[in-house]
Amino acid sequence: MSWFSEFGAILAMQGFNGLSVFCVLLLMALGLAIIFGQMGVINMAHGEFLTIGAYTTYLFSSLTTSYAPAFAPYYFFFAIAGAFLIAFCVGYLVEWGLIRHLYRRPLDTLLATWGLSLVMQQAFRSTFGAKEVSATLPDWLMGSVKPSESIDIPINGLFVMGLTVILTGMLALLLYRSQWGLRVRATTQNRIMSGAVGINTRRVDRITFALGCGIAGIAGAAFTTIGSTGPTSGSLYIVDTFLTVVLGGAASLAGTIASAFTIAQTQATAEFFMHGSMAKVLTLSAVVLILMMRPQGLFSIKVRR
Amino acid sequence: MKTIYRNVLGGKAGTLDVLVLAAILFAVFPFALDPFRLSLLGKYLCYAFVAVGLVLCWGYGGILSLGQGVFFGLGGYCMAMYLKLEASDPVSTKIQSTPGIPDFMDWNQITSLPWFWEPFKSLPLTVIAVLLVPALLAFIIGVAMFKRRVKDVYFSIVTQAIALILSVLIIGQQGMTGGVNGITDLKTLHGWDIRSDSAKYILYYASGVLLIAGILFGRFLIASKVGKLLLAMRDKEERVRFSGYDVANFKVFVFVVAALFAAVGGALFTLQVGFMSPSFVGIVPSIEMVIFAAVGGRMSLIGAVYGTLLVNFGKTYFSETFPSLWLYFMGGLFILVVMLFPNGIAGLMDSHVRPWLARRRGARLRNAETPADAPPVDSSLPGTATVRSPSPLAPGEGASTPRVQPAH
Amino acid sequence: MAKAELALAVEGLTVSFDGFKAVDDLNLYVDQNELRVVIGPNGAGKTTLLDLICGRTRASAGSVKFKDKELTRMPEHQIVRAGVGRKFQTPSIYENLTVFENLEVSFPRGRTVFGAMTFRRSSEVIERVHRVAEEIYLEDRLENAAELLSHGQKQWLEIGMLLMQEPELMMLDEPVAGMSVTERQKTAELLNRIAVGRSMIVIEHDMEFVENIAHKVTVLHQGKLLAEGSMEAVQANPKVIEVYLGH
Repeated sequence: MSWFSEFGAILAMQGFNGLSVFCVLLLMALGLAIIFGQMGVINMAHGEFLTIGAYTTYLFSSLTTSYAPAFAPYYFFFAIAGAFLIAFCVGYLVEWGLIRHLYRRPLDTLLATWGLSLVMQQAFRSTFGAKEVSATLPDWLMGSVKPSESIDIPINGLFVMGLTVILTGMLALLLYRSQWGLRVRATTQNRIMSGAVGINTRRVDRITFALGCGIAGIAGAAFTTIGSTGPTSGSLYIVDTFLTVVLGGAASLAGTIASAFTIAQTQATAEFFMHGSMAKVLTLSAVVLILMMRPQGLFSIKVRR
Repeated sequence: MKTIYRNVLGGKAGTLDVLVLAAILFAVFPFALDPFRLSLLGKYLCYAFVAVGLVLCWGYGGILSLGQGVFFGLGGYCMAMYLKLEASDPVSTKIQSTPGIPDFMDWNQITSLPWFWEPFKSLPLTVIAVLLVPALLAFIIGVAMFKRRVKDVYFSIVTQAIALILSVLIIGQQGMTGGVNGITDLKTLHGWDIRSDSAKYILYYASGVLLIAGILFGRFLIASKVGKLLLAMRDKEERVRFSGYDVANFKVFVFVVAALFAAVGGALFTLQVGFMSPSFVGIVPSIEMVIFAAVGGRMSLIGAVYGTLLVNFGKTYFSETFPSLWLYFMGGLFILVVMLFPNGIAGLMDSHVRPWLARRRGARLRNAETPADAPPVDSSLPGTATVRSPSPLAPGEGASTPRVQPAH
Repeated sequence: MAKAELALAVEGLTVSFDGFKAVDDLNLYVDQNELRVVIGPNGAGKTTLLDLICGRTRASAGSVKFKDKELTRMPEHQIVRAGVGRKFQTPSIYENLTVFENLEVSFPRGRTVFGAMTFRRSSEVIERVHRVAEEIYLEDRLENAAELLSHGQKQWLEIGMLLMQEPELMMLDEPVAGMSVTERQKTAELLNRIAVGRSMIVIEHDMEFVENIAHKVTVLHQGKLLAEGSMEAVQANPKVIEVYLGH
């Protein structure tokens, strides 16, 4: 009996582990899904926008602890907003200075944004040092809930999960229910026609790109609750994130969610049976194999050419 | 004989380019540089193999592989495994708990040689493996992806993922691969000490000769119908398919050729540097190799060599003198080349240096009161980056470099 | 009609994109040496029909038989090698190559990787290229880069690239789109000349041009066959008038 409940507890915690990985992947992938899925732009510097968000949160945290300690329980919400804003603005500038010149050369965009990511990483290193930093978390984010004797669920994990759900919901509303979303989708499907009916496609591009970067910034803020931040924190996830988006079928939000879930649960389950790095090898190989057999991703529609 | 002159050497201009490169590699550098710098140069020449392969596959074929480190690494590891087994004979490893196996295996409590190490006891099998293993992997990836019409960025992302997978795998399987340190302490190749100065010179020259042979092979491909088809496919894939060609086969072929170039470079790298590690396999080295080709000129085989040498000398210089500036330099170079000079050094040569030389020559001729009715180089299109060679038969290295078209 | 005379037999051909049937249970028979013109309003499924015949789009149901060979399961390049040539709606040529090279690459030899490596520009190839270039009015442009040609010349060049393959069935998608009146005239002459000894399917909107070339006209509407027959018969058909003028 006790063996059974123990096993159940391990299973539940492993499931929760998978959910955490899922949230991280999804948060990363959401921004990329709109940039890659809607615009077809490969942004190799996407991870660095996440790092921007994480460092912003760290700055908010250290400013709060040194100047307004009483404010500490609440700063995190402002940090999220700040992370979004800063990443959004940097994204806006990057689109203006770099991306818009390369829209018709996707492979070159890939290389140029890789260069950008190198520059940004070095900028982080020069500003914050090569050592990893951590934001001081408000007390209410610490600790864990115990729904039963042997199950232990950390609050920060729950917080990230909540944030992921809210953000995904908001993005879905924005894309599928708002005027702006309509414009974005119209531009994706037929750029020339959209321009002809009076949509400022350049502006749509710029805002879409900046928004994707802003979401990466929020993801960065969420990251600080579960890990520390270094100059290359974001770039570690870039391949996983791209695979998530591609596996999801690039253009669909539901596909991205499903593929993030699949990858995360595979990874978490595999980690239960083998060493972490082998689990990663197994998961990535599985994704690559699926993509070889079904290059259009898991979710895609057959369209008339 | 004339066809070889035209198609392999690339006519007068092409022959001159090769001769200049040969002179620099074989006559200038060995005497101008001390043995340490020369061995650095030898190392860079190994990267140049990858860059030359990328010119064929990316510049001409439009296939951007972000996983060339995989093939470089596989070639290098195959060579390293042979050298490691030779260095791990029972006598020199007698202090180990299991003598006769590589030291890192012993440290990881492995007591017998893993099966896939067995072939590397033999030099001929090793040489075969150096070529066959990467070629086979490239073939499998290529068939799987190209037969299903995966292209552009999707292909790039998948190759990048494969680079990540292989590097994580090598690091994770420490006992069988040497882990993050790689395979080190390599000493002899079939009894020949590769650490001596004379060996370094010989290996350097061997790399140079093989590299130039590779470039000539590349030229032959480009001048043949394969080269024209690659260009045609890059811009109008459907049209090629509906002219009765199996497009995927050509893509697989050029991808395998690029993998072979990388593999040879990797094997020579192991020999010259004396070790191989996962730091040459993963995402970062793979994408750096692309920038070598981009800086040199993605459409120029010889340019790729100069690009590789230039970027690597820059890297060595910067990381010795201003280590913190190196990433800015490298990142800036990526952005600059892609945005402003998509044809790299070779493109600049074609659009600026060669017309300038031609004008100089033209001026001299006019001064000698020769009627200069025809310009010596077809410069009828000032301002365009490309000048088409008047003869369709001789796509020489420089003159007929086609403009890089946005591939989509 | 004896079966042996048929060049192409399309039967029950259907393709659906997410439930939308672009071509719906279509039957079409083209005789040997016939020049058939397919007309129809926008979205009638004309281009999709060509896509289905040449394998660019896979059929959901039905069959396409070319000289009794089933095409629906064959890969595109095999269909081409079997003798079906296809020109695209917007001129699809290799802008980076010269006119000569464009034609040379289309010469049906050295189609494997190894074959292409060892392909030699023999006198036979040169002769063929010159003959075709003469046919398509580009004899004196052979050494020009294809990107420098005018729009009409690019259309001709693509037709020439098909001629190099000597297809038994040639399919042209709007060959005179964007051409001047003189160019249209020359194209009609060209098509009438090259239609000798092979079957052709031409999609076209320009009725005057259609009258000039068509042996028989097929009208498509919403993926289905609406009418078929001589130009006069089709023009007098009330259903056709309804579709073209009725909305």
